[in-house]
Amino acid sequence: MTDYFWLIPLIPALSTLILVLFGQKLPKKYVSFQACFAIFASFAISVISFIGLLQTSHEHLPIIKNLFSWIHAGSFHADLALQLDPLSSIMTLVVTGVGFLIHVYSVGYMADDEGYTRYFTYLNLFTFAMLILVMGSNLVVMFVGWEGVGLCSYLLIGFWFDKHSAANAGKKAFIVNRIGDAAFLLGIFFIFINIGSGEFSVINAAIGGGAITHSLATLIAILLFVGAIGKSAQIPLYIWLPDAMEGPTPVSALIHAATMVTAGVYMVARMNVLFTFSGSANSIVAIIGAVTAVFAATMALTQNDIKRVLAYSTISQIGYMFIGCGVGAYAAGMFHLYTHAFFKSLLFLAAGSVMHALSGELNMQKMGGLRKYLPFTYPTFLIGAIAIAGIPFLSGFFSKDAILTSAYANGQYFVWALGIFGAVLTAFYMFRLIFLTFFGNERLEPEAKKHLHESPPAMTIPLVLLAFFSIVAGYVGLPVVAGKNLNFFGRFLEPVIQQAHEVHLSLGTEWMLILISVAVAVTGIFIAWVFYIKNPKIPHNFVAKFPGLYKLLYNKYYVDEIYNTLFVNSTIKGSEIAYDHFDLKVIDGIVNGSAKTTNFLGKVLSYFQTGFIKDYALIFLLGAILLIGYLLF
Amino acid sequence: MIPVNYFLILSIILFVLGTIAFFVKRDLITQFMSIEIMFNAANLAFLAFAKSAGSLDGQIIVFFVITVAAAEAVVGLAIILLIFQKKKTIKSEDIKLMKG
Repeated sequence: MTDYFWLIPLIPALSTLILVLFGQKLPKKYVSFQACFAIFASFAISVISFIGLLQTSHEHLPIIKNLFSWIHAGSFHADLALQLDPLSSIMTLVVTGVGFLIHVYSVGYMADDEGYTRYFTYLNLFTFAMLILVMGSNLVVMFVGWEGVGLCSYLLIGFWFDKHSAANAGKKAFIVNRIGDAAFLLGIFFIFINIGSGEFSVINAAIGGGAITHSLATLIAILLFVGAIGKSAQIPLYIWLPDAMEGPTPVSALIHAATMVTAGVYMVARMNVLFTFSGSANSIVAIIGAVTAVFAATMALTQNDIKRVLAYSTISQIGYMFIGCGVGAYAAGMFHLYTHAFFKSLLFLAAGSVMHALSGELNMQKMGGLRKYLPFTYPTFLIGAIAIAGIPFLSGFFSKDAILTSAYANGQYFVWALGIFGAVLTAFYMFRLIFLTFFGNERLEPEAKKHLHESPPAMTIPLVLLAFFSIVAGYVGLPVVAGKNLNFFGRFLEPVIQQAHEVHLSLGTEWMLILISVAVAVTGIFIAWVFYIKNPKIPHNFVAKFPGLYKLLYNKYYVDEIYNTLFVNSTIKGSEIAYDHFDLKVIDGIVNGSAKTTNFLGKVLSYFQTGFIKDYALIFLLGAILLIGYLLF
Repeated sequence: MIPVNYFLILSIILFVLGTIAFFVKRDLITQFMSIEIMFNAANLAFLAFAKSAGSLDGQIIVFFVITVAAAEAVVGLAIILLIFQKKKTIKSEDIKLMKG
């Protein structure tokens, strides 16, 4: 049943090719049908391969399909090979499954856009690149996918490129990602130099055999992780993700919430042997993740743009995934990636539905009381918010709890405390969003109110399905307190993920940890309720009392401004200096100088060209005499 | 037999006379004639050497030079004729079209 798994990325590739070549001539209906169908076919094969994988014994993993030998130069060798193992199988399911629902949603959302065909072409191309990323059996193929998704992200952020801010956001995302990619590439080079192969299985075996030292492993792991920081929008390279919300909302849901931005987490999990071997790299991953989780959550507190709140929330949640990887609980990190894909894309799509209903309004201060107008969007949004807040029995609770429990069990109490603090903030900002959008007085613009309507079925059906998965997705990875060996997710990943020395907590401690995380989630929601429903004056008083703090948060710690001064402006200044002094003086000097020299020489020589035939004859005579004199003496 | 030096001295005298005449005279026709004298001075030198060396090479070259000089005279006189038609003068000082 796993024989045809290599078709998973090729179907979207084929569909992209057809759309690129003939898309402009095909009718709109056919374009959307083909785009959705390609992803659905991929999804179907993913499911079949997944079932096949369940029946394959561990010794036969990973299943590798070598399509062809791609680069063969000296000792450097790279195949275009795809692999199927539990990790890539889960990723293909998430990418194609969530991707399919978002494609369907897009049919409704983008219905009136002129760039309809272009949009679906990019979206299919993105799915192809993402599948290559997760299915590549070596670092080179993975890097191709890595860059491919970066390109699609750029294209789709700047989809409405005639809007200045969108074009700029696309550029920003691309340039910031480039910093991470450069480090990632360096890490790959180091691996090739020291191990001689990019195949994951070879790398893992070599590290196990002691091919590299601890310090070298740490260096490589940190370089790779910098790549992950760029792609997964962690401190200090997270700045591109909030701006990426300029793209169409389904794109934000698919690329900038569910799949691409989690590629960093996938990569760290894929290289888990290296990270575990290094040890100190793991601590860095955990610290960066934890700090990002809290830092991004605080920025989400004051934003009024509904999509930006979700963007900061995404950064924060990816921080949690990195906490999981950093404390050695890669399965927990991947579990959160998987549940997050459902509830975060649900939240984005629901936010898109709200925008759609309000003719594009993004400011939550101009919403309010929408719950009676949006009978599908409101409950699904609420489910997503409950899931992300970490209320028991929804998916987010199980995965976040698995991460925090692992952090605690590994003795990383500081990381755990940051995670708990982040959880309060998460619950608070999500319910602030819910209360501002769906409860309270209506603060709508009269124009928007006139057109207020629930979205078409193409948009609400994916919402309902995603809401369903946001509820049930967590039940494949139940915590220990629910019973022994109920964590199917963790056991499924075991062949790929090296089990670190697992510390088992007593059941009592487990219960305590769960109670704490539930308590903080409820507290967060309660505070939000007090602030925005019970006594809406509190936020204003709060702002009046701590204007400095509010300003700091509202302006996102001025990080963009700081980066602008430090990097952007200094680069521009440096370029200007180089332009003034080097380009204008040296380069132009050489070019103009050669012209001037030629001109000068010509002028000097033209004195001899008097036009009088006798002068020429005289010079000729003198020359002849000189030549004869030279020959004679 | 007349020694070869005599021929050479005569050849040099002719050549120097031709050169001086070229620089001293002002009309193109006379200058052209002085060039012809220089040609013939060279021819004389060729013949003298050919004779003293007992080889025919020099004589053959002289034939070539005479032929080429005839052709050159045709072209040169034609150019002078055209210049006169255009500028109504054959004074070489008045002609400086090629000034750089």
